[in-house]
Amino acid sequence: MASKTININLKIWRQKNVNSKGSMETYKLDNVSTDSSFLEMLDQLNEQLVNSRQEPIAFDHDCREGICGMCSLYINGEAHGPDRAVTTCQLHMRKFKDGETIYVEPWRAKAFPVIKDLVVDRSAFDRIQQAGGFVSVNTSGRTMDANAIPIGKAEADKAFEAATCIGCGACVASCKNASAMLFVSAKVSQLALLPQGQVEAQQRVLNMVKQMDEEGFGNCTNTGACAVECPKEISLENIARMNREYLKAMVAAD
Amino acid sequence: MSKSGIFTSSLAKKYWMALTGLFLITFLVGHLLGNLQLITKTGEEGRRAFNEYAYFMGHNIFIKILAYVTYFSILAHACIGLYLAVQNKKARPQNYAYNRPGTNSGAASRYMAILGTIILVFICTHMANFWYKQKVAETVPLHVLHKEITEEQQNPMTGQTIKQVIPIDYVLTTKGDYMPFAYVDPQSQQKMELMDVKEGTHLYDKKAELQVGEGYRDLHTVVMNFFGQSEQGQPTNEWALVAVILYVVSMFVLMFHLWHGFASSFQSLGLNHKKYNGIITFTGKAFAIVVPLLFAIIPVMIYLNR
Repeated sequence: MASKTININLKIWRQKNVNSKGSMETYKLDNVSTDSSFLEMLDQLNEQLVNSRQEPIAFDHDCREGICGMCSLYINGEAHGPDRAVTTCQLHMRKFKDGETIYVEPWRAKAFPVIKDLVVDRSAFDRIQQAGGFVSVNTSGRTMDANAIPIGKAEADKAFEAATCIGCGACVASCKNASAMLFVSAKVSQLALLPQGQVEAQQRVLNMVKQMDEEGFGNCTNTGACAVECPKEISLENIARMNREYLKAMVAAD
Repeated sequence: MSKSGIFTSSLAKKYWMALTGLFLITFLVGHLLGNLQLITKTGEEGRRAFNEYAYFMGHNIFIKILAYVTYFSILAHACIGLYLAVQNKKARPQNYAYNRPGTNSGAASRYMAILGTIILVFICTHMANFWYKQKVAETVPLHVLHKEITEEQQNPMTGQTIKQVIPIDYVLTTKGDYMPFAYVDPQSQQKMELMDVKEGTHLYDKKAELQVGEGYRDLHTVVMNFFGQSEQGQPTNEWALVAVILYVVSMFVLMFHLWHGFASSFQSLGLNHKKYNGIITFTGKAFAIVVPLLFAIIPVMIYLNR
């Protein structure tokens, strides 16, 4: 397939630091290969900015193959851009037209403050994880092989699907309420579905939801936007599972 | 160890929204079945049926309990809902410069708070127009089934029994519960209190301790007058057309609220299962269309038959 190039206009959020007031800036970028990824296009823009002695645009990225959850970006009004089930690094410039104006903004949420340009602080997710998103394992002496416990295929698959959440925050970014319920429910589900996770299930869900509320995320109104925009296609079923788990724990936990 | 927070945690608030929402959905069914009597039965029979029904609703102890649960549900649903809406707004202090929410979610689901607020305003006007009038403030005409009473008198000279039919052409209105009512004496043109109301709806002749008829508070006429039909010489509402239009618009708003709210309440309670999701969604959408539509037809038909 022959490679094509397009010329695009970009409107990108620039913000010096966490305390400064940012604004949308306009850039023009020519000769963008349609085979390049969105992040490669931003690299190309940064090269152009550096060559003209301007400050390059800060954006998060790491593996660039859709598994690390580092890249973010609200592109043309959607988290990770117009494509479905992909992260921004997997989004290709062939999805855009020649001469198109592309809006690039950081995730917008009180719990995700902008650090610089397009980079947001997602450590709220880490703190939710630390509140209960783990299984306590006694590591002194003989530890048991996890695979020694038989687990049904259907349950194992569901747990694995929940575990594919990369914690990118697209759910929060897409949600009109900036709610983190899809993320938290995936983390609750991946453990609640497995026998190893059952032991601490009640306290886990209580503690993780408590931390989620404290971080200042909004409340779920079941619009379903999160599941549509999720690059890993985490299902709303997980939110229902979390609701069940929490209800059980709220009524029955010590 | 964390406190569960039956009122404070985000998930607990969702449960309250879902439970009160589901209760109000069942309330709608009951309310609709009652209202439909306004158009399914006509004439004096319809008037009687509706007023008897209204009397039952106001005096049955189980209905009274349900009524208080309904008031609580409306208040809780509205208060928690508005609180959540404010919290959700705060969770995103800065909006996107360019946003396309239509690509990932339905409009009804995104405007639940606004739709709900409109419905709350509707409920307030609705209760002021019917509930308040009937329960507290204004006097409501009494629906008297017997428009005349027969008095028997013995002629002392001849021993003959004279039957005298006295038309009741003046009916006192009631306030609160039933009050004694009177008629205008044809000779003296004086108002005379002739009757007592006992056992709720039974009218008794004061002198003879005889049951002479039944009386109901005439909510039927209140409704008919409000939506433009004139009965019993009561003045009709000159804003009837506006009332009908606003009522129908409110039902459209309710339709959108239910379009998302019905299935959403199941999800909030964790009732999401492949086997049942289809039927829940279908029932929810069918309910959202049929129930508000039937509600809306009633005032339209009353207005058109005026």
